[in-house]
Amino acid sequence: MTVRVQTEDFDAGREIELLRAGDARVGAVATFLGTVRDVNDAARISTLTLEHYPGMTEKALGAIVTEAKGRFDILDVLVIHRVGRLAPTDQIVLVAVTSAHRGDAFDACRFLMDYLKTRAPFWKKETTPEGTRWVDARVSDDEAAARWRGPE
Amino acid sequence: MLRDPMPDSRPSAVVTVRLVYLARLREAFGCAGETLAMPTGTSDVAAILTLLRERGGSFAHELAAGRAVRVALNHALVDRDATVRDGDEVALLPPVTGG
Repeated sequence: MTVRVQTEDFDAGREIELLRAGDARVGAVATFLGTVRDVNDAARISTLTLEHYPGMTEKALGAIVTEAKGRFDILDVLVIHRVGRLAPTDQIVLVAVTSAHRGDAFDACRFLMDYLKTRAPFWKKETTPEGTRWVDARVSDDEAAARWRGPE
Repeated sequence: MLRDPMPDSRPSAVVTVRLVYLARLREAFGCAGETLAMPTGTSDVAAILTLLRERGGSFAHELAAGRAVRVALNHALVDRDATVRDGDEVALLPPVTGG
């Protein structure tokens, strides 16, 4: 498992290639690639600045990956999250999961993103023509994460 | 090797924690963090929040009951009743918006 927080861009194709390199058990790779949109809540976005809490971020992402490994039959996980200043169309986040079959790969990838959205200490600040503003958390993100909480 | 003359915990010792303010809270409070001496007789996260709220201004506003602020103790999310110890790092986090 690999978790990286970085300012630099990444080559998603290359990262997927490295993740599954030499592992013939892999029959499925599910990926999620998050990118910067140019409109949010009806405002035009010129830049998006992402900050995080160094020290906690890596720990939180590691815990989310460990939880995914316990829940799904998966082989390996890669999470890359960018921080710093980004512009519309830029890549923000990559989650890639390898598994023998597609079901667990798809489910784990979705689980990882839903948990990352609500548990990893990242914050987005938008620059619009009206100025800068911190992005508000979405209730729909909490709902998406809550779906994975079954009866204990 | 030096010997600590009082090896056991001293009830009168001042517990000092390092506070970290993140994202919106850092801007609202006008600083990235501070060192805080816990009031005598207190030892939990709730006491820290009460102390900060009593300052008024942006602290009272941002930390008012009902505001969605989460607390991380040494990089792990905790509830308000978590106990803090000398030298701990206590971070105040607005709702996260990554991904």
